[in-house]
Amino acid sequence: MFLADYIKEVYGAVKSLLTGMKLTGYYFTHHKEIITEEYPNNRATLKLADRFKGEVWMPHDANNEHACTGCSSCEIACPNGSIKIVSMNVINAEGKKKKAIDQHIYRLDMCTMCGLCVEACPTDAIHMRNTFELSVFDRNNLIMRLNKPGSKIREGVE
Amino acid sequence: MLEEIAITEEGDLIINVGPQHPATHGVLHLVLTLNGEIIKKVEPHLGYIHRSIEKMCESLSYRQFIYVTSRMDYLSAHINNHACALIVEKGLNVEVPQRAQYIRVIMDELTRIASHELWWSAMAMDLGAFTPYFLAFREREKINVIMEETCGARLTMNYMVPGGVMTDLHPDFQKNVKAFIVDFKKTLHEYNELVTGNVIFQSRMKGIGYISKEDVISYGCTGPVARASGLRSDIRKIAPYDIYDKVEFDEIIETGGDCFARYQVRIKEMSQSIRIIEQLIDNIPEGDIQAKTKAVLKLPKGEFYQRVETARGELGVYIVSEGAAQPYRIKFRSPGFSNLSALDHMVRGYKIGDFIAAMGTLDLVIPDIDR
Amino acid sequence: MFSLEGLTSIIHEWLNGHLPATLALLAEFVIVGVAAIGLFAILGLGLVWMERKVAAVMQIRLGPNRLGPKGIFQTSADTVKLIMKEALTPSNADKFLFNLAPFIVIIVAMLILVPIAFAKNFQIWDLNIGVLYVTAVSSLSVIGILMAGWSSGNKYSLLGAMRSCAQIVSYELSAGLSIISIIVLTGSLKISDIVASQENGWWIFKGHIPAMISFVIFIIAATAETNRAPFDLAEAESELTAGFHTEYGGMKFALFFLSEYINIFIVCAICATLFLGGWMPLHIGSWAAFNHIMDYIPSSIWFFGKTIFLIFVIMWFRWTFPRLRVDQLLNLEWKYLLPISMFNLLLMTLIAIMGWHF
Repeated sequence: MFLADYIKEVYGAVKSLLTGMKLTGYYFTHHKEIITEEYPNNRATLKLADRFKGEVWMPHDANNEHACTGCSSCEIACPNGSIKIVSMNVINAEGKKKKAIDQHIYRLDMCTMCGLCVEACPTDAIHMRNTFELSVFDRNNLIMRLNKPGSKIREGVE
Repeated sequence: MLEEIAITEEGDLIINVGPQHPATHGVLHLVLTLNGEIIKKVEPHLGYIHRSIEKMCESLSYRQFIYVTSRMDYLSAHINNHACALIVEKGLNVEVPQRAQYIRVIMDELTRIASHELWWSAMAMDLGAFTPYFLAFREREKINVIMEETCGARLTMNYMVPGGVMTDLHPDFQKNVKAFIVDFKKTLHEYNELVTGNVIFQSRMKGIGYISKEDVISYGCTGPVARASGLRSDIRKIAPYDIYDKVEFDEIIETGGDCFARYQVRIKEMSQSIRIIEQLIDNIPEGDIQAKTKAVLKLPKGEFYQRVETARGELGVYIVSEGAAQPYRIKFRSPGFSNLSALDHMVRGYKIGDFIAAMGTLDLVIPDIDR
Repeated sequence: MFSLEGLTSIIHEWLNGHLPATLALLAEFVIVGVAAIGLFAILGLGLVWMERKVAAVMQIRLGPNRLGPKGIFQTSADTVKLIMKEALTPSNADKFLFNLAPFIVIIVAMLILVPIAFAKNFQIWDLNIGVLYVTAVSSLSVIGILMAGWSSGNKYSLLGAMRSCAQIVSYELSAGLSIISIIVLTGSLKISDIVASQENGWWIFKGHIPAMISFVIFIIAATAETNRAPFDLAEAESELTAGFHTEYGGMKFALFFLSEYINIFIVCAICATLFLGGWMPLHIGSWAAFNHIMDYIPSSIWFFGKTIFLIFVIMWFRWTFPRLRVDQLLNLEWKYLLPISMFNLLLMTLIAIMGWHF
């Protein structure tokens, strides 16, 4: 009986090995199963999810207007200190002094894409954008100003 | 230091496995004392990836500290975030909307599957089989895509906030998850064909790295490591949070206590996670995704503890609050740390190859150990 | 591809016609040496590329695909990179042995090339003890590996070298026994005789089941002897980082790497010669028309085709199976392969004596 067990053991072992080889053999002969994405070549067709958190971005409309009031909510919400609001006083039509945004400084190099600033913004002025090719040669280029030069706050946004 | 003592007085060889070593999957440093191929002692040296997350959390608000915990056990980022969100909700007595609870549990289970997939592939690679790595990553990629679509990130999502979840589900979420479940079930047989049933794999796993139930308790192991030795330790069953008490699933318990038992527990857990998701995916109630909370969260003075079941075991979050907007002291009880401490006990008297196999079945994530 | 048949005699006659006999012999030495090194380079580049492609497709990837069509020049680029790298010798190393070891390994690989019949009448030296020579010389490579492991002054290397020794020495046994089971049938150790004896059918078909068993055992033993997965304990990436060649870099590493692939080629060539008829086309008994068609395919294509098929099988093993543990490796040899192959040899001898084979 020892011999029968021995042969059975060898048979079982060989069978299990052949099952594994059958699977790899299947993938070897079925090239359509290949899942590699050839990244720089498929740029045209590559589509990232809309919600992908690539960088913080302030949308501007056609009149070069944004919705940022300069309230500093995002600056407070940011856990890494990657947002800095520089505000200024502007005199509006009625001759009153009012606080407004001068520069919305965003440091991409310190950002962890947690999305808390977007969550905190009361006027929905900043968003996360799904751009991802963000590498630059100079570190200083990662410090960005989000409100475009000459832009101003949209009418009616408080 | 250790480099000078190559051979001890008894004639044992001392080998440094790590901090840079293919089998440690990170910067873990293990000092092995060997007698030929036989392991006499394993001494883990920690701290190579210590980022002082606990201290960092003390200077962050209760909304902000959640995102840091994604960087601890990055393979179960959702579950870490979940634990932190739960403890803040507990402190503030916030009732989380049903919809948010459902979403959280589905996300947790998807994370668990993704984590176990990665463990499976990495463990097979430790044992010298390279092909499983890519097959598992193909499945994991589908989960990552689902995560990316809804949460906006693939690994460190920061999706859970105190009181609910950050954004609503993507319109395609349910469809994609169902498609994933179908695909997953279709490819499940590959796990058996390529690895589980393989005679070489079984002989590398069975009877190796044994740890008894008593030792599991005394070393504080949790998760699949403890359940493989017959210890009931699933927090989802013992102390259910969110809607885990409403879903049906089995707590997988094996009694082998060896590497193969730990392997089986994780493989079966994946099916259980699928079972949970299947129960929930069609029944997500409509409603809010976030409870109304104040702009600045302040936990009342006192101590708070919350534990959850991550893919690796029990994660405990302990907060001491002085009533300020930041925690006074925060402590994470990470599963990897306790599981690693049992490694020495597991592999004494076994060979180097067994040591690698045992370490593979512990499913160590080094940032989780060091924090 | 043209057949290499008769090429040697043309060169030999031409050289002897134009040069004195001694010079002609020397010129032949040089030609053979250059040809061997050239073959090494081509094999090294080709087989590494093949391995990477096979692995890639089995792992549902694309593999090298940037340099040249299908990434065929990728391995050449890698070689250039390795040549440019600094040949570092660790300060703890035994410098002389450390630098000698890769050359020993590669010279041994080169020596085994001698009796292999690449095509009809295309052979460096048709020794009358061809197969014995191969088994004898191939066991020398363990010296190079041990030397590398010992002299590196690295504990991983030492462990790897020790494992490799135990492994190669034990697997020589079953490899030798399965070779003998074919020698029993042919009655000659000469490679050309062995090939000629398979004119009416390959030994794997003619020798009934025992021949198949010894074929399988030889393949397993060959995989083990060349330190390939699932028997790659000497390198065991996840355990010993890179085993005996952990400390080697640049071209010295490349020599180890090259010798691994050359050794695979050689064991597969021997296996093809013994079991699959070497350069002999596929002949089936008395089907004259079929045999005649098969004869049109050049013998070199037959030889390389069979060898590359066997190499593919060994690669297939590598990318499917997990690694064995060191004691299981020795158990497999001493508890399974050796008893089976001894019994098999007995059976084969019986078949040969009774003349039961075709």
